[in-house]
This record gives sequence, structure tokens and C-alpha cells, in this order.
Amino acid sequence: MTALLPRRGLAQILALIVILAVDRLVSPQFFDLRLQDGRLFGSLIDVLNRGTPVALLSLGMVLVIATRGIDLSVGAVMAISGAVAASLADSHGLPVVLAAALGIGILCGLWNGFLVAVLGMQPIVATLILMVAGRGIAQLITEGRIVTFSSPDLVWLGNGAILGVPVPITIAVGMLILTGAIVRGSALGLLIEATGGNARASELAGVGTRAMILAVYVWCSVCAALAGVIAAADIMGADANNAGLWLELDAILAVVIGGTSLFGGRFSLILAVLGALIIQTMNTGILLSGYPPEFNLLVKAVVVLAVLLLQSPKLSGFSGIMARLRGTKP
Amino acid sequence: MTLKALFAASATAALLLSLPANAAELTVGFSQIGSESGWRAAETSVTKQEATKRKVNLKIADAQQKQENQIKAIRSFIAQNVDAIFLAPVVATGWDAVLKEAKEAKIPVVLLDRDIDPSGKDLYLTAVTSDSVHEGEVAGDWLAKTVGDKACNIVELQGTVGASVAANRKKGFDTAIAKHANLKIVRSQTGDFTRAKGKEVMESFIKAEGGGKNICAVYAHNDDMMVGAIQAMKEAGLKPGKDILTVSIDAVPDIFKAMVAGEANATVELTPNMAGPAFDAVAAFKEKGTVPPKWIQTESRLLTATDNPQKEYDSKKGLGY
Repeated sequence: MTALLPRRGLAQILALIVILAVDRLVSPQFFDLRLQDGRLFGSLIDVLNRGTPVALLSLGMVLVIATRGIDLSVGAVMAISGAVAASLADSHGLPVVLAAALGIGILCGLWNGFLVAVLGMQPIVATLILMVAGRGIAQLITEGRIVTFSSPDLVWLGNGAILGVPVPITIAVGMLILTGAIVRGSALGLLIEATGGNARASELAGVGTRAMILAVYVWCSVCAALAGVIAAADIMGADANNAGLWLELDAILAVVIGGTSLFGGRFSLILAVLGALIIQTMNTGILLSGYPPEFNLLVKAVVVLAVLLLQSPKLSGFSGIMARLRGTKP
Repeated sequence: MTLKALFAASATAALLLSLPANAAELTVGFSQIGSESGWRAAETSVTKQEATKRKVNLKIADAQQKQENQIKAIRSFIAQNVDAIFLAPVVATGWDAVLKEAKEAKIPVVLLDRDIDPSGKDLYLTAVTSDSVHEGEVAGDWLAKTVGDKACNIVELQGTVGASVAANRKKGFDTAIAKHANLKIVRSQTGDFTRAKGKEVMESFIKAEGGGKNICAVYAHNDDMMVGAIQAMKEAGLKPGKDILTVSIDAVPDIFKAMVAGEANATVELTPNMAGPAFDAVAAFKEKGTVPPKWIQTESRLLTATDNPQKEYDSKKGLGY
């Protein structure tokens, strides 16, 4: 039994299956797939496609949270990078556009990391600065308008497909593999966890905790910048007022649903992305259900509560069942 | 130039600037909310244009979405003894004290775009606003007329839940189509007034309604959501404007671009020219003492693909939408 079921992640996988089943109930065509203009088309693809920004954000956020930090600025960084990308799209080639947008992401990450790692500010306050100011910066870049573009290269990033799979999904999977390879293919992940578990002890043991913290904030902002470019490419325009608005909260929620503790010290990339998928599966289900929009947030809150209760170690009933499935004691 | 000379020069310049260029000219202080949306930016540029047209000396104060900044701006306009104050209020309440100060200084106040909730209606001269219930009605009437007797399933993209504009635009549309049994709203969800959400919600509508085959028309509470919805329809292999009729509200430039491409059918204009009627009301009040009605309703023009959308686009694209 132990070999068949993952030690962690059972609650998340079960939650996803249950929500998918509910989606199938409210919308019988939920699992239908077809090709439309060389691109897979169906509600499942919508879930993956719409889930991409939060999945990308959660990839960076989970590392930040693993160091016992938090990054509230990711939504604003999305708005900035989207604004930069849209402003340059029609006059420059895709490599320049991407380099500029991701470069801005790196700068934002260095700023956050500098405040937290070098000046020792509380992460929630340090990143709040960019959360507020960043949207203003984005508005300055777009002059308060929605900057539209028609560059086919950038549009392809949002609406194109590789072998039928929409490009945003491919990018998200690619980033998951890349991030996983970097942090789990080396000792880096372990060092990040050590930093979050006990920064002082790790420092004394020779871990470069400052460098670790700086690095995770930079990576988090790069992921956010990429999400911002995809969000802009999706609507062929940069909407500085609304791009990424409140998505930092969804990203934190995805990480928490993925079982990563806000107190740092351990993390799971795959489960964070799974958390993002759970959120989007629920969102898409709500849209398909036809309930009045006044219920959206209520339904979301109830489902999130249920998923978190499922994971709660105190609710021994369920963890007992899980433990029995795994063949260990709760 | 010595420091002293510099001071003297700047003092002279300041004096010159503060002097009215022409005694007959009106000086109007305008407390604008800030840059919250493209429409707001367009309102500011149109207000400037209308002021130049009428040779009105316009002073604009940007409140950056804060009521205390607006109150400060009004106090400073009172101190400068302007002829009239335009106020685009960021919230509905909390204006009594500062409006009383303006009243005591005998400076008329005109509300632009939004109404307020003062203790007495005598605290301001008039309010120039559009009627968002009426906007919804115009949209609904157009759809009813265009569809005729054919059965028509409508999907609706609502504005932000709880926003009064969204509730009003829904109410007006519902009233207009209630008279026609063949028109039915089959799905209604919020798209938060944004392109991204409009697109996402439309994607789910298309899947829930048999790949879009059961949908005859989309009604969006603003053009931005419709622009997103048009993209969703195109990506689903549908032809917006032909397979599925579109009607939305606001008349932002990008919806005219879609009309030129044959992908959108109609929009109802929320005019950015609130200041024009306000200037006229103030001028009449100052010169002849004509007291305007408490509410000046702006026109909610219906603009369709047959109304030369290219011209509308050209006239609006420079306004800062």
C-alpha cells in the first residue's frame, strides 16, 4: 500500500478528484475535448490554461514561504511586466520583449530580497511596499490606459499551441520542471528549507541564508513576471488596474492548500501547483454551474475550508483513514 | 542671474499667472477622482477640450482616489475664489461640511458623473450624470429590435457584484427584454468589468451552452468585458457579430475597432463629456441667473456597426481611454 500512495499529497489529490467529479455533475460536457484551430478545446483545457498564472505564482511563492517569508507583491509585478511587454510588443521582437519583462521581474525580486535579506525587514511589510507601489508603476507605464498590441509573437504566448497544447500550459509545465530540477536536483532545496526552519542555526552551520533569501525572492518575481506576460498576451493588452489583482492571495492559498506550512522549513512544488489547479477547477466549476455570481465567493470559501479541514492533523478521523491506507499509525 | 533677480522674476511670473487674462472669463476648479480607468482619463481630456472651446480657465486637481484630497482641493478652490467648482465625487457621503463652505462663499458646485448623498439638495447647483438604468434599457431595446420575433438565448456578463452601475445596467436591460417573451437570459455571471474575466467567463458560457450554438446574443455591462468575450468566441471558432450578436455599454475605442472588423454589433455610449453641459449650466446661472434642474441627464447614444465605427474610433482614440 505504501508504495502505491504518496506519503504526502493524498488529501490534495482526493480534493481535486472530488471537485472534478462535482464539475462533471454540474456540467456534463466537462471532460469533452476537441481540436479547434489546432488547439485543444474544452473545459479541462480552460482549467489548465486559466490556472497558469496562479500556478506560476505559486511556484515562486512556495519557495519564498519555505524560507518563512511571504511575497505580497507578485500581483503588482504581474501588472508591471505585462505593461512593459505590451508597451514594447509592437516595436520590438519577442526576445527583447521577454528580456525586458523578465528583467523587470528580476529587479523587483532584488528589491524585495534586499529589503528582507539585507535590511532584515519583515517580509509581509517589505513586499507590501511593492504591492502598493508596483501597481502605480504599472499605471505610469500604461498611462492609465489598456495598452493593446497586435504582435503575433507575443499573442502566440497567450493563445498559441504546441502540438495542440496551449502555450501557457506548456510554459507552466516547463517552469515546474525547471524549478524542480534546480531546487531538488541539487542541495538548494534543502538549504532553502534549512533557512526557513531555523535561519540562525543554518547560518552557523555555514548556509548562506542571505543569498538563499535573495534568490527565492528573485525567482518568485521572475515567475510573476512570466505570469504577467502570459496574462497580457491572453487579452492582447496590458490592464494595469486589474492584471494580477488579488492573485497574490490565490498564490498563497495554492501553497497552503498544497500543504506547505507558512512557518517555513519544508515545501512541495508539485503540491503547490496542484493547489493552484484545485482553486481553478473550483473557479471554472462555479462559472459552469450557472449559480448567481453573488454565490461565487461563498462557494469558494466553503470548498477551501473543506480542503484545509481535510488536511488538518487534528481531525484524526480523516487522517486515521489516510494512515490506514498507508499502513501506518496516525 | 543673481538669486535675487530669480526671485523677482518668479514672483512676477506668479503674479501674472494669478491674474485672470480676461475679466469676463470664467474660472472653474475641477476636483477629479484620479486615474481609475480609461474612461476617467477621457473625461479629464474632454473637460479640458470643452474648457478651451469656451475659453474657460480650468484648474484640475487630481485626488488620487482619496476623499480628503478632494476636500482639500475644494477648500483651495474656495480660497482662490473661483467662479464654479466641478466635483467628480469619489464616494457618496461626507461632503456636507465642505459644500456648506462653498455655499457660504457663493460658489456654485456641479457634480460630474456621480451623485452624492448630502443632507440637503441645496448644497450643489446641479448634477450632470448618465442614467445607467437607461443605458441598460437602450441596449435591451436594440437587441429586441434586431432579433425581432426569433427566439433568442442571451448570456450576460455582469459588472462587479455590488457595484451600483452593474445593478442598474442589469435592471434596465431586464426591463427592456421583459416585454419580449422570445428573449431570455440563460446565463449570467460577473466578469468584474475586466477583459481577462470577461474572456474567462465567456469561455465557460460557450462550453456550458453546447459550444456556443445555443447562444444568440451576449450582453456585457461594459465594453472591456465584451472585448474579452469576443476573443473567447473567436478562439472557440465562432463568429462574434454574426453567429452571436453583441451589445455592451461605454463606447471605448477598442469596441469600435471590433465593429470595424465586423466582430461587434452595438454599444451604448457613456459620454465622457459631462463637463460640456456643466459649463453651459454654470454660464447660464452666472449670466442670467437661470437655475438648472437638479439633475442633467447626459444622452446615452446607441452606436452600431452601421454608424461609421471608424470615425468614432478616430475621434476617441486620442482621449486617453
